[in-house]
Amino acid sequence: MSSAILERTASAAVAAAKPSLLAVHGLRKSYRSGDRLLEVLRGVDFHLAPAEFVSVIGQSGSGKSTLLHLIGLLDAADAGSVSLADRRIDDLPSRQRDRLRNTELGMVFQAYHLLPELSAIENVLAPLMVRHGVFSWLKVRVAARRRAMDLLEQFGLGERLHHKPRQLSGGEMQRVAIARALVGSPRLLLADEPTGNLDAETGAGILDVLCGLNRSEGLSIVLVTHDPLIARRADRIVRLAAGRVETA
Amino acid sequence: MYKLLLCWRYLRTRWIALASVISVTLGVATMIVVNAVMAGFSYEMQTRIHGILSDLVFESHSLSGFQDPEWHMEEIRRAGGDDIVGMTPTVAVPAMLNFQVRGQWITRQVMFIGIDETTHAGVSDFGRYLQHPINRDQLSFDLRDGGYDTVDSQAGGTDPTRPALEGAGWPHRRMRVERERLWREKLEAERGANGDAAASTSETAGGSDGAVRSVDRQVDAVLAATAGGESSDDVPAARAADPFRQARPQEGTRMDPAREQFTGIVPGIGLASFRDSSGIDRFLVLPGDDVKVTFPTAGTPPKAVSDTFTIVDFYESKMSEYDSNFVFVPIAALQRMRGMIDPQSGLASVNSIQIKLREGADLNQVRDRLRKAFPADLYAVATWRDKQGPLLAAVDMEMAVLNILLFLIIAVAGFGILAIFFMIVVEKTRDIGILKSLGAQASGIAGIFLGYGLFLGLVGAGAGLALGLAIALNINTIRAGVEWCTGERVFDPSIYYFFHIPTIVDPTTVTWIVAGAVGIAVASSVLPALRAARLHPVEALRHE
Repeated sequence: MSSAILERTASAAVAAAKPSLLAVHGLRKSYRSGDRLLEVLRGVDFHLAPAEFVSVIGQSGSGKSTLLHLIGLLDAADAGSVSLADRRIDDLPSRQRDRLRNTELGMVFQAYHLLPELSAIENVLAPLMVRHGVFSWLKVRVAARRRAMDLLEQFGLGERLHHKPRQLSGGEMQRVAIARALVGSPRLLLADEPTGNLDAETGAGILDVLCGLNRSEGLSIVLVTHDPLIARRADRIVRLAAGRVETA
Repeated sequence: MYKLLLCWRYLRTRWIALASVISVTLGVATMIVVNAVMAGFSYEMQTRIHGILSDLVFESHSLSGFQDPEWHMEEIRRAGGDDIVGMTPTVAVPAMLNFQVRGQWITRQVMFIGIDETTHAGVSDFGRYLQHPINRDQLSFDLRDGGYDTVDSQAGGTDPTRPALEGAGWPHRRMRVERERLWREKLEAERGANGDAAASTSETAGGSDGAVRSVDRQVDAVLAATAGGESSDDVPAARAADPFRQARPQEGTRMDPAREQFTGIVPGIGLASFRDSSGIDRFLVLPGDDVKVTFPTAGTPPKAVSDTFTIVDFYESKMSEYDSNFVFVPIAALQRMRGMIDPQSGLASVNSIQIKLREGADLNQVRDRLRKAFPADLYAVATWRDKQGPLLAAVDMEMAVLNILLFLIIAVAGFGILAIFFMIVVEKTRDIGILKSLGAQASGIAGIFLGYGLFLGLVGAGAGLALGLAIALNINTIRAGVEWCTGERVFDPSIYYFFHIPTIVDPTTVTWIVAGAVGIAVASSVLPALRAARLHPVEALRHE
């Protein structure tokens, strides 16, 4: 089993030459806690081809979530670069990074992170509402609702459009969160332990959804997990250890 | 778009934030009510002060006054130009008012003011404050044959609060004379029965008129003395030229009090009446009663003289300071009695000239023109505002201080909003992280909380506005309700001389209050909003 993983990891180096959607170079990140400097990432290199599904696996504390946050532009790296479609994105002004996060990236979190005051469909619509001002929202409103409803129906939530998150189960909440990540038609989906809070069966359902999206719509996915079983659902596995991509 | 939606949802799910706004509501309502009532009182007071004082008062520094008011008025008209539309001379001296109530003499210190009844009402609202409807149109110092208002003409009510004025005037006078006659007859009959000599009868009978005549003669004696040595040199000539002699043809003859009156006077209503706790005015003396007034002559040194007068009406400006202090008398009579008429030239003296300016004239500018035209060491020129300057300034100051204090209440409410908003930001930390991960900008996050503050401010100030206006416009109904509930008089008309609490809602003031309250609500949401905007997305997402 381990040899298969290693084989795939090795192929990642070959993939670097191909046209890449996402390219991460020499990414370093450290946190200061008191007097100690905690180095989480020590130069991570990582590539993702268009329509590729990659799992990032590592023990807890290996920096995989930090890597995802850096790719998702939620945090700034100490060194290194993040490029999307051969364009460096981590040094953009904050407004453009906000814009990019809204249009090009979709994020799914372990704790679902739905807004408790909004219903399922409103949560799904939130990224589009962020994208549009009041007046342009009025223009796109009908189309946006249509798309949100389609997504929720596709994930089997057609009956639960107007339920608040607290009325939904964990699996339902995660599916709403995936629908929210997809509603803005992003190029890249970042998933941080999406099944971490779910039982095995529900988690498998969520993974089925992600795999289906990857296959049918060619969605590029970076999935972070500590569970090798889940990681194996991806096309390729990147193993993080001690702040570096572990090579074979 | 998400800002509006979230703003709205946070409002609907967080009623505690509305609680913080209740203090804004109460502050705004209190400010509106207090300002309306203060403005109402201030307006009432100013109209009353202005109703009593003319626009400009031109006066002598001396109680003896200056001679020849006609010449002065011409000069004033020349200096003042077109701005002057009316003038009237007055004589004002401190005096003592004496009247009898149940056999007791009551003495009060008053300001005795001689006015020209034909022109005085033209320069001030003097006429409006009289109790007889015809006198309100044109004052006459002749006693009226009844018809005095039993309803306060200024209060606007319909309840007769002055039943005692029903029979005032000649009917009251005739009745009193008749009663005195009967009393005297009874007394005489008793004396006759006791075998007393009738020698003292005339003195007793003269209680109201005979004795007064002797006072008149005393006045003449004093005047003769003040006129100087000439009178003693050439007594008949002085007598012939004496205007008082001609002015009082009845001198030395007995008068019939049932058909004749003494010189009419109009005392302030506060001198002759008091208001009991039920709002009914009780009168110590009525129109038709005779009173004695003691006042100084114009000579140097002044001597006190007394004379008898008949009350013909009451003056009620609703300013108790004036209503319990002023007594009006015909100017010619006062000039005569004080010896203010030069026996040689026949020129009278006056203390002051009341000047009315045309509508819209600049009071201070005309005052300064007059000050320039007349020597300041002889004459003082003042506007009615100058005369009541300290009082008006005190009211303005009071209003300013009150507004500052009340605004501090709203500021305190602002800190309440600040605290609650900080708590909401902490509570919503994870949501803020989520929104940032969805691409919301820092300014947008701040906008949610600023909008929240604005909305709360608008709600609070709007509710305060509605509440404040409702209270201010219905304050008298509320007062009546409170009085009915508690049985206590909240607003005692015997103290305030108003039957209603006056209110004036000034739109400018209200706008400022509401804008200030909304501003404070927004300002106190700025810090929490900035904090929310600066949250680090990763840390916010990890927040539990």
